[in-house]
Amino acid sequence: MSRTATTYGGASHGSVRAYTWGLLLSLGLTLIPFGLVMTGALAGPAMVAVIAATAGLQILVQLVCFMHLDRDSEGGWTLLSLAFTVLILAIVVVGSLWIMHHLHHNVMPG
Amino acid sequence: MWGKLSLEAIPYHEPIIMGAVGLMALAGLALVAYLTRARKWGWLWNEWLTSVDHKKIGLMYLLVALVMLLRGFADALMMRAQLALAAGEALGYLPPEHYDQIFTAHGVIMIFFVAMPLVIGLMNIVVPLQIGARDVAFPFLNSLSFWLFAVSALLVNVSLALGEFAATGWLAYAPLSGIEFSPGVGVDYWIWALQISGVGTLLTGVNFFVTILKMRAPGMTMMRMPVFTWTALCTNVLIIAAFPILTVTVALLSLDRYLGMHFFTNDGGGNAMMYVNLIWAWGHPEVYILILPMFGVFSEVIATFSRKRLFGYTTLVWATVVITLASFIVWLHHFFTMGAGANVNAFFGIATMLIAIPTGVKIFNWLFTMYRGRVRFTTPVLWTLGFMVTFTIGGMTGVMLALPGLNFVLHNSLFVIAHFHNVIIGGVVFGAMAGLAYWFPKATGFTLDETWGKRAFWCWLVGFYVAFVPLYVLSFHGAVRRMNHYANADWQPMMIIAALGSLIILAGIVCQVIQLVVSVRDREKNRDLSGDPWDGRTLEWATTSPPPFYNFAHTPVIAERDAFWDAKRRGESPLPEARDYQPIHMPRNTGAGVIISLFAFGLGFALVWHIWWLAGLSALGAFVAFLVRAFATDIDYYVGAEEVARIEAGRPAHPTASSSSLHEQPQEAF
Repeated sequence: MSRTATTYGGASHGSVRAYTWGLLLSLGLTLIPFGLVMTGALAGPAMVAVIAATAGLQILVQLVCFMHLDRDSEGGWTLLSLAFTVLILAIVVVGSLWIMHHLHHNVMPG
Repeated sequence: MWGKLSLEAIPYHEPIIMGAVGLMALAGLALVAYLTRARKWGWLWNEWLTSVDHKKIGLMYLLVALVMLLRGFADALMMRAQLALAAGEALGYLPPEHYDQIFTAHGVIMIFFVAMPLVIGLMNIVVPLQIGARDVAFPFLNSLSFWLFAVSALLVNVSLALGEFAATGWLAYAPLSGIEFSPGVGVDYWIWALQISGVGTLLTGVNFFVTILKMRAPGMTMMRMPVFTWTALCTNVLIIAAFPILTVTVALLSLDRYLGMHFFTNDGGGNAMMYVNLIWAWGHPEVYILILPMFGVFSEVIATFSRKRLFGYTTLVWATVVITLASFIVWLHHFFTMGAGANVNAFFGIATMLIAIPTGVKIFNWLFTMYRGRVRFTTPVLWTLGFMVTFTIGGMTGVMLALPGLNFVLHNSLFVIAHFHNVIIGGVVFGAMAGLAYWFPKATGFTLDETWGKRAFWCWLVGFYVAFVPLYVLSFHGAVRRMNHYANADWQPMMIIAALGSLIILAGIVCQVIQLVVSVRDREKNRDLSGDPWDGRTLEWATTSPPPFYNFAHTPVIAERDAFWDAKRRGESPLPEARDYQPIHMPRNTGAGVIISLFAFGLGFALVWHIWWLAGLSALGAFVAFLVRAFATDIDYYVGAEEVARIEAGRPAHPTASSSSLHEQPQEAF
């Protein structure tokens, strides 16, 4: 019987290429919102949306390039755990916002 | 110097409390005297308290759980007695402020200090054996988890003698639990007991998650794992995902209480409804943390004693996984009436009804496993049958509560109390008892007495119905939970019947104590020499009872789902033959878990009473003890091959050879 089921594991240790790309992308994703704020090119909800989007993208870049997240790391368990965590976070955060919004609307005076 | 603590904190004017404290002190003194007389302190420290062996830690979890069950059940008896008396003009014997502490302590103790350690204790004993591992992934953390839990249980009991316990209900809803409405130390005891034991539970979750993913024997793919291990895996996923919510919620409550913040207060921008929302975002997954492993227990028990392969293994596994996910989208059904409105209530009501489907699938899995099987009606099977009937009824009253319209009528009534006892006693308690009876011989080396076990079962089953069916009836007449007196004397007969039911359950518990005593007395007669007393199917039965501290001399190799059963049928052993022993790598015992946890106790106690210097010292002590452990290098050793050979030769018999006549001699003999 193959032993891969239990002994396969570990994450890759990255490469100069991955680290370089990670650094460049992170710098870019930081400079874009910074530049937009400093120059005042955007404002209001659009500005907030751009900052949130670039922040989210940068999390992904760092997870892939620096934390070596890929489909093979730890036999796929790392990716699965992350997906599960994100799902649960989304459920609890979005669910709470939704519930509290309705509660606020229905039961708070004024 | 001593913060809020003074001699006034001892409730010496309360005869009931002082009697209980006196009894506990006497029992403690008797134990100390015995240990000293028998010169057993060294043995206790070296063999048990500092042990990192998962089997011993599991037994210690179960022991603490059973002791706390007695405490929690005493609270239940007091409440039932009060309600049997306090009708109309009569006020009963418990004043409201004491009664409120009792129902709070009952809930907190039964969930956190009975049900949780029963689950974690069984996982400790069984999971590493079922997957063919030598121990858990992080043996020291396992010891630390246990001791953090044990000192939290101690902290709850200290609240009896010093100060008070929370009078808020087991989830300490804000704003009642805030400093404005609960200025005493009761809620603080609740906070620190939960925070300290919560850290232990979270560590256990991580520990067993890693153990199950990384330490399975060669050949054991995910879909070859025994069902109990599958359910344990899902429970640990839930622990990892849900317990941080509890930790953060309780931490925010502490900030309100200690630093005057306003997360959950009515003023300063706080919102008490957010507390209810967050605590149930943890609380609902928590009930699945408790019940999922019990589904695993029933699956193992019913397959073994029906002598059949479990019906629909794959559906059972997927049902478990679906419940794991779905348990996170139903939490609002605990507060339909708070006012989120029709859309929100409809979503969570439907989600709640949907979660009953995978659970129903499981009931059919077990029924079809029994179908045409040769069922042996042993104690574990009786508990399982009792569960299948009782839990199904509890599930149906649960679906009733899931209907938002009906929920507006039933919310906060005795119907809720009857429902969750229906599923927790019928599911978690019966499951734990089935698991205890089933794996007791594996952990200790001798079987439990069947006669007393069956008596205990029948008392529990009958007692449960006599105690809780009246509550369903009363709820339709408007009886609410958490009342210590009722004006309507018509309710009294039902309340008296419920009290009688609790006495029948008490008889069941007495039977269990007798069962334990009788079993220990007759242990030589009931010794399990084969290692396989039930003709089992999974790997834990392939080693001796109790297993040697390293579990398996050789790592087993697995080719099928019911590894041990199939090997027995083929006349083989999943364990490689007893030749060529290799040195075995094992963790050393350590006192670090005990020491860190004692400091954690000091920290919790000091924070309850606002003794800041002691809190600082304790935190520092725990940190230094942790550092010393973190830098320790002599934490493991090798058991030499000769030592393994000596231990293996000295054991009663080769397990497979004696349990199954199919297999008498190693292959080379022919």
